[in-house]
Amino acid sequence: MTASLTLGPVLFNWPVDRWRDFYARIADEAPVDTVIVGEIVCFKRAPFFAEAMGEVIERLSAAGKTVWLASPILVGSDRERSAMRDLVESDAGLVEANDMGALALLAGRPHAVGPTINVYNEATLGWMAGRGAVAVSLPAELPAATVAVLAKAGRELGVETEVQVWGRAPLAISARCYHARAHGLHKDGCQFVCGNDPDGLPVTTMDGQPFLTVNGTQTMSHGCLCLAAEMPALLEMGVSRFRLSPQAMDMVRVAEAFRAVLDGRRDGAEVAAELGGQIAAPLVNGFYHDTAGALRVA
Amino acid sequence: MDNFELICPAGTPAALRAAVDAGADAVYLGFRDETNARNFPGLNFTRQDVADAVDYAHARRVEVYVAINTYPQAGNLGPWQKAVDDAARLKVDAVILADPGLLAYAAKRHPDLRLHLSVQASAANVEAIRLYRDAFGVRRVVLPRVLTVPEIAKLNAEIDIETEVFVFGGLCPMAEGRCSLSSYATGLSPNKQGVCSPANHVRYEQRGGALASTLGGFTINVFGEGEQAGYPTLCKGRFVAGDGPAYLFEEPTSLNAMDLLPELKAAGVRALKIEGRQRGKAYIAAVVRAYREALESFAAGRPVPHIDLQAMVEGGTQTTGAYTRGWR
Repeated sequence: MTASLTLGPVLFNWPVDRWRDFYARIADEAPVDTVIVGEIVCFKRAPFFAEAMGEVIERLSAAGKTVWLASPILVGSDRERSAMRDLVESDAGLVEANDMGALALLAGRPHAVGPTINVYNEATLGWMAGRGAVAVSLPAELPAATVAVLAKAGRELGVETEVQVWGRAPLAISARCYHARAHGLHKDGCQFVCGNDPDGLPVTTMDGQPFLTVNGTQTMSHGCLCLAAEMPALLEMGVSRFRLSPQAMDMVRVAEAFRAVLDGRRDGAEVAAELGGQIAAPLVNGFYHDTAGALRVA
Repeated sequence: MDNFELICPAGTPAALRAAVDAGADAVYLGFRDETNARNFPGLNFTRQDVADAVDYAHARRVEVYVAINTYPQAGNLGPWQKAVDDAARLKVDAVILADPGLLAYAAKRHPDLRLHLSVQASAANVEAIRLYRDAFGVRRVVLPRVLTVPEIAKLNAEIDIETEVFVFGGLCPMAEGRCSLSSYATGLSPNKQGVCSPANHVRYEQRGGALASTLGGFTINVFGEGEQAGYPTLCKGRFVAGDGPAYLFEEPTSLNAMDLLPELKAAGVRALKIEGRQRGKAYIAAVVRAYREALESFAAGRPVPHIDLQAMVEGGTQTTGAYTRGWR
């Protein structure tokens, strides 16, 4: 398996014009192999992007990118279920399942498993492979020892394993909208206040220490996950896919830097040092090193 | 119409006896290790404890369920598989599992063992629930605390396996089994180690008249003089997002859905679960007794009585959580 770069779905509520322009630039300039598109955090936001989806997929495909569609993280209501079914039945690209419901509908067809589905061990990976999974993006909290076992099992099963190497880590999902709650609103009348924060709403402790990021119903890390320095070890383990999660920053530059590490042209630690200056958050890698995810281990 | 089943927590053999004696239909518990999602020091059951618990409960026609609901560690599946084997050998009435790999193991190795899907599996829709039924023969699903009662009713109309819902105790505002907040702050997680906001990462520090509580070095709350200081459960802390400090995710509060019993019955729910394996036997006895009384009254066609559980709830406040839409 050759190693490749994936651009995960935009998790934030960007204005649709910005979203479309972002993907146009990714299509033209970013050295990524696979681009995963779709609104996966909040069903209420999806209609904004639906109208531009076809155009974005076409543009990315024309530029030679492999386009996958991501399913929502939390599916409860009838409307969410029907949107999930429509997605699975569309033929616009391979589907990455982010909920077991989507995984159920994809049985027997080639599909990908997203990082919000719990794959913690080789028994579960094997079960998923038997149902048609061709790639599994591992949950962010998995330490190196676990990644190594899963990457090895994946190679034996013919399933590619993917690890997120850049971007805020998704930490939790809820039925409740914290963005709305922070503004004294309810989810039903949220006024789409999440749109005010293209990189999420910063959450600090009462002592002013940056801690988390709220993105609608999702809670993310404040620290930006960066495993550029760990990529040689991940490649050694057999991890073949490396995911960049979009932030409101120059993602073309991020992709170029990670491409250079992947190709052996640049040193990962040096790239991490450079990218650290590009985002207003500390770089973290604690999960991988089996400690608190908020820490950075040198 | 069948009455609800009342499913009660037991963190210790004493709590188990208290739950059985107070009117539980089933008691759920875990082995004393990382295979269950309440892996706290001083809690849980040895194999012999479980054997004794089964004897005590079965003699009183009460069932015993064993929760093996963390996600087995890669390269080290043994402890989780052995927990399933031992639960089957000890003749428990059901095991409560979350991991597909472990469910596959249990279904193959112990075809007669009754499987329940843990809330840790976060199965919130018809398609997901059918998958667990079809793939592993799961007989009951514990629903995550993200659905409204009308959503539960719709779901039950489309599935043919039993549903169990939480009615009392701690409230997870996040979808269970999909939360890494503790792991981010401390390195220990509900999914891997079975701990949430682990006690060995908690510190309290006096700051003049105020008391600060921290988890993994992050301040989770600061209590003013005279304010009652609670445990720093991460999602129930006070944080700053924009304006001043506020309970951004959830107040320190407890779930109490007793008033919703008629709605839950109409929604087709089979079993009601009380949360709190870390609670003492006096708490367990009081809560189980109150719910037993409410259920008997309801089953007899009388109105659900108002039973005061105020003394049993966290922070002195109660909520019906995601069951009502306003919570969102």
